Amino acid sequence: MLEAIRDALGSEMAADDRVMLMGQDIGKFGGIFRATDGLLAKFGDKRVIDMPLAEGAIIGSALGLAISGLRPVAEIQFLGFTQQAFHQIVQQVARMRHRSRGRFVASMVIRAPFGGGVRTPELHSDAIEAQFAQAQGLKVIAPSNPYDAKGMLLSAIRDPDPVLFCEPLHGYRFIKGEVPSSDYTVDIGKANVVREGSDVTLIAWSAAVNLALRAAEVLSMEGISANVVDIRSLLPLDVDSIVAAAEKTGRCVIIHEASLTGGFGAEVAATISSDAFYSLRAPIERVTAPDAPYPLAAAEQMFIPGVERVLAAARRTLEQQ
Amino acid sequence: MDSSLAPQLPCHADPMVPFRILESDGTLAAKAVSPMEDEQVFRALRLMMLSRAFDAKGISLQRQGRFGTFSPVHGQEASVVGSAFALDPSRDWIVPQYRELPALLHQGLPLEQFILYFNGHPAGGRIPDGVRLLPIQISLAAQLPHAVGLAWGLQLQEIDGVVLTYFGDGASSEGDFHEACNLAGVVKAPVVFFLQNNGWAISTPRSRQSAARTFAERATGYGFNGIVVDGNDLLAVYAVTAVAVERALAGLGPTLIESQTYRLGAHNTADDPTRYVSQEILKTWSDRDPILRVQRYLASRGGWNDDTASEVHDDISRTIDRALAAARAVPPPTAKDLFEHTYAELTQRQARQLREYGL
Repeated sequence: MLEAIRDALGSEMAADDRVMLMGQDIGKFGGIFRATDGLLAKFGDKRVIDMPLAEGAIIGSALGLAISGLRPVAEIQFLGFTQQAFHQIVQQVARMRHRSRGRFVASMVIRAPFGGGVRTPELHSDAIEAQFAQAQGLKVIAPSNPYDAKGMLLSAIRDPDPVLFCEPLHGYRFIKGEVPSSDYTVDIGKANVVREGSDVTLIAWSAAVNLALRAAEVLSMEGISANVVDIRSLLPLDVDSIVAAAEKTGRCVIIHEASLTGGFGAEVAATISSDAFYSLRAPIERVTAPDAPYPLAAAEQMFIPGVERVLAAARRTLEQQ
Repeated sequence: MDSSLAPQLPCHADPMVPFRILESDGTLAAKAVSPMEDEQVFRALRLMMLSRAFDAKGISLQRQGRFGTFSPVHGQEASVVGSAFALDPSRDWIVPQYRELPALLHQGLPLEQFILYFNGHPAGGRIPDGVRLLPIQISLAAQLPHAVGLAWGLQLQEIDGVVLTYFGDGASSEGDFHEACNLAGVVKAPVVFFLQNNGWAISTPRSRQSAARTFAERATGYGFNGIVVDGNDLLAVYAVTAVAVERALAGLGPTLIESQTYRLGAHNTADDPTRYVSQEILKTWSDRDPILRVQRYLASRGGWNDDTASEVHDDISRTIDRALAAARAVPPPTAKDLFEHTYAELTQRQARQLREYGL
């Protein structure tokens, strides 16, 4: 996964002089997860920039840099820390095109990892992606696998609009997959059916897609055919694909790492219940973290949704005739 | 430019004393020389008077329900105009807050655009192509990191230009002020932080914003120069801003200018300053009126009399009336304006929602 991200950054910097990286510890250190490893040596300190420790200044100055004609790709070390730049992202970056009626555009990318399972200190694992899904003008995407990560990051850097690129922290080294070395893009705003099935539809994004796939594997041994949808893009949302996938099976389980109340699963569930209501054969299930703050590491395995809860939810939907 | 040739900011033994060229009675301070030609001073005065006249017109229209809530410049005209005149609009950028109308006009914004914006028309947010100006900023100090990024971007791309950003004493309490100044110092961005200390953040006095003796002295902590200037002195504001611009162009980085002025009007048309401003203070500052000061100066040099005053008044009235008419002629917004420019293209959902409006 990390290699796919680094590959996308390096190849786009080589292809487009305007692309520059900025963030904390991304230079000599190569980023705390090494996503930018080697890029300082290759592109120099005018294009790979270690920033003062201030998320608001990183995002706010990236907006100014974008207006000056550059294409900044900002790294925030953890999605939880984007909250220290929340007003810059939501009020400023997301709205610049709209409030200037198209004169100025924040053509920039914000990369940040999120999600649990790697025993981080406090505030490092929070899945707060839904908080950005109301930021009209921003695109919020969360790939689940290396192929999509490279293709969507290339799309994001080339996108005229600002993109929040949420990376699965747990998947950086655990999620592996073949990635072409060639230039290719994956469209932003398109969901993807990652496993075809006919009995129940599992819907997720980012690291939770892998949980859904593991659950689908177990279900298949029980003779249950699970359809797995990777939303990939929360904003804009591919309503048509989600509704089609829900209609296909009439039974849906939505899985995410954020807490239940106000999580993005609520938006997906509401969309399905209004647009696919007459195809539904069971109540829509949501498998999420509980309504509590993200705990310290020794308690996180109780907090993060596990495969057993996904299986139980899928079976409940199948109990309905 | 060779940075060793860049000018130095004027230096006073006491950093609390604001730099001044023009006294309240319109005479030059001892040993002071005007940095502006008389013709330039005349144009600046006309713009200051236009701003004052527009404030009066805007308040009157607002009271009749024909104009939106806006923030008058009243009292701060020298501060805004003097700083804007030190820029080259074909090279330099302004990143404004919301109380700088004459600077926006000087930079090239048509007055009708400003009227449209404060009338609540979405089209008012559009800065015409080629005008080096970011949109008005409502979220205080949020524009400061943008100004630094823009200035830094010019520097990285080796494009000649300086970015001047406006904000107030209240906004300087925001975290964005600290983060922006800190970054600007580190990367030596060609930016001028122009802090208008007008004494008030709505009803909160300057003393509740900072225990620092001056706002300018905070610059030291960020590794660049700060200076206090008499913000009701057109010539002094112009002079220090011009030096800050030259230093930025020479690669010497940012400057923090604290322009000490006074908000003679209300915070905005929804405010009632009689609840917290004393008449004595208002009187003191009215006596230091920035417009009277320039008129006295020009009069002493034969460049201002009753005839010129009445010509300028007539010209200003016509300009404002034309702009109001032009703004009125713009058709009202449609539902399309709600969605347009959110993204480069409408999303699936937006297209559906737009159809629900019958469009």
